[in-house]
Amino acid sequence: MKVLVAVKRVIDYNVRIRVKADQTGVETSNVKMSMNPFDEIAVEEALRLREKGIASEVVIVSIGGQNVQETIRSGLALGADRGIHCETGQEMQPLAIAKILKKIIEKENPNLVILGKQAIDDDSNQTAQMLAALTNWPQGTFASKVVIENNEAIVTREVDGGLETIALKLPAIISTDLRLNEPRYASLPNIMKAKKKEIEVIPVNSLGLDAAPRFTTLKVEEPAKRQSGVKVANISELVQKLVHEAKVI
Amino acid sequence: MTILILAEHDHQNLKSATYATISAAQKIGGDIHVLVAGSKVQSVVTQTGKIAGIHKILVADHAAYEHLLAEDIADLTLSIAKEYEYILAPATAFGKNIAPRIAALLDVQQISDVMEILGQKTYKRPIYAGNAITTIQSSDVKQVLTIRATCFDQALKSETASPQIEIVQGKQAQSQSRFVSQELTVSVRPELTSAKVVISGGRGLQNGENFKLLEDLADRLGAAIGASRAAVDAGYVPNDYQVGQTGKVVAPDLYIAVGISGAIQHLAGMKDSKVIVAINKDEDAPIFQISDYYLVQDLFTAIPEFCQEIDKIRGNGNLGQHKA
Ligand SMILES: Cc1cc2nc3c(=O)[nH]c(=O)nc-3n(C[C@H](O)[C@H](O)[C@H](O)COP(=O)(O)OP(=O)(O)OC[C@H]3O[C@@H](n4cnc5c(N)ncnc54)[C@H](O)[C@@H]3O)c2cc1C
Ligand SMILES: Nc1ncnc2c1ncn2[C@@H]1O[C@H](COP(=O)(O)O)[C@@H](O)[C@H]1O
Repeated sequence: MKVLVAVKRVIDYNVRIRVKADQTGVETSNVKMSMNPFDEIAVEEALRLREKGIASEVVIVSIGGQNVQETIRSGLALGADRGIHCETGQEMQPLAIAKILKKIIEKENPNLVILGKQAIDDDSNQTAQMLAALTNWPQGTFASKVVIENNEAIVTREVDGGLETIALKLPAIISTDLRLNEPRYASLPNIMKAKKKEIEVIPVNSLGLDAAPRFTTLKVEEPAKRQSGVKVANISELVQKLVHEAKVI
Repeated sequence: MTILILAEHDHQNLKSATYATISAAQKIGGDIHVLVAGSKVQSVVTQTGKIAGIHKILVADHAAYEHLLAEDIADLTLSIAKEYEYILAPATAFGKNIAPRIAALLDVQQISDVMEILGQKTYKRPIYAGNAITTIQSSDVKQVLTIRATCFDQALKSETASPQIEIVQGKQAQSQSRFVSQELTVSVRPELTSAKVVISGGRGLQNGENFKLLEDLADRLGAAIGASRAAVDAGYVPNDYQVGQTGKVVAPDLYIAVGISGAIQHLAGMKDSKVIVAINKDEDAPIFQISDYYLVQDLFTAIPEFCQEIDKIRGNGNLGQHKA
């Protein structure tokens, strides 16, 4: 079976982001960019399915400007077979991303699509669910375990009360949570091999869909700062403060 | 204007995030309808009926909704969506799973984690783990929102509330997905997201057994227990303990971080707490920068002392009961 993995290029999770002084967004120039961490987990899961002989091909897709090819390339260096770059210079919101991914699904006919549960820049946590809606495929979000058997994906999901296991008929959409696996690092030979792997470029405006933004950003601000606090010398002082000053115990 | 709210419940009780979502709807203004979908949800309907300011409760009580699968709940919501300008769900695992599916079926760009409603389809929401707050204005005709519960009050109860009750015909479950099993964390403590006091442990706890130390303190403070991602990944505690950008968001009166360094992803889930206390043996732990009170001490001596100190003051009887 074929597995499609959607990956987003985002500011690296270790970067301390800075809001631009004119409040139009966050500073992205000269900032380290990486694959969204949840998408690394998605790639890893797809590769493990291939290594188990369940998947035959792992295709990576990313939507964005020219530089998302670096992100696709890093996924190829992890071992994915080929890449698709849906090229656009426009801002794409999750609904538009889902519509584009649906077009790619129609073209590629994968049996399984794996996405991250959340892009750590917009923190939307929407695309997988939207893609499942648009394709009318079942969804297994926030997955911490995936087993493929009898043409079903058995997905264990991280929910607020603990864990829930559901079975999805294939084809299906899965979104990854942190505990699904621990992504590997790219090996040097694989990095070399990745250079020769194919990345197909598809302009988003050739897909014939409405990808226009549905909201406009009026302002981006820094969050309210907390006052820096008081160092206490010992537990007894801490408890006194909590009782008499903060009045919380 | 009419607003539909998807109620989150466990078939027994309405979840606190639903109360916050109702209060967000009240900020928008208009008639508020609450959809209670589930199987054998009579007690949830009764509780919902006691909340002030609700005009109608839509009850979809059907075996197909026993496990609240996204495919079924989205189909159900779609069947009644026509008359609503706004559809709201709490930004919890429940709401996040279902609301985007509904939005896409309506060709609407959902707005996640709404922190503030500014009118005219304009909202504040966090991005980059809460390191930036954006104000956005939607151009969609219908609005589908998930609500960050910690940013809104709990809707008030009323003795005299008497919302209309309407039965919505349930549909046969679809056959694309099915429930297999669940493994819910059993706890005698208050729910993490609504507790007045939360004590969270990190990698500094070293193993699962050591969380017993935090339990001892939680017993005394009526607290819920949370954790950092590192503690969950290492298997010290179950996944539903995780507080942070990609875990739960909490804002208790008192948050005590024990053996947690204070990565931005963790802060994203707790920095709106009223009073933050951090205990860490590292003088330079980043968590101290956002703490109201911090103590540089080994947690293995600090936490037992903390318990003793509370017993001491309570034992003296001059400081009253614990309020939690
Ligand atoms: C995509 C992504 C999402 C993430 N989401 C989350 C999230 O939702 N929530 C979250 O928490 N993290 C999240 N993280 C992880 C986050 O970046 C940090 O790795 C994590 O929060 C660290 O956990 P920690 O503070 O327990 O561990 P560490 O950073 O290892 O800190 C342990 C602390 O314990 C202290 N300590 C050790 N021994 C003792 C002792 N005996 N007494 C006192 N103090 C002691 C140390 O000084 C240290 O400060 C995410 C990361 C990524 C990439
Ligand atoms: N520009 C993009 N290109 C490819 N995949 C994306 C893109 N944006 C989002 N995704 C996928 O959708 C997931 C969830 O993103 P979001 O809904 O924005 O939080 C990500 O983890 C990716 O798997």
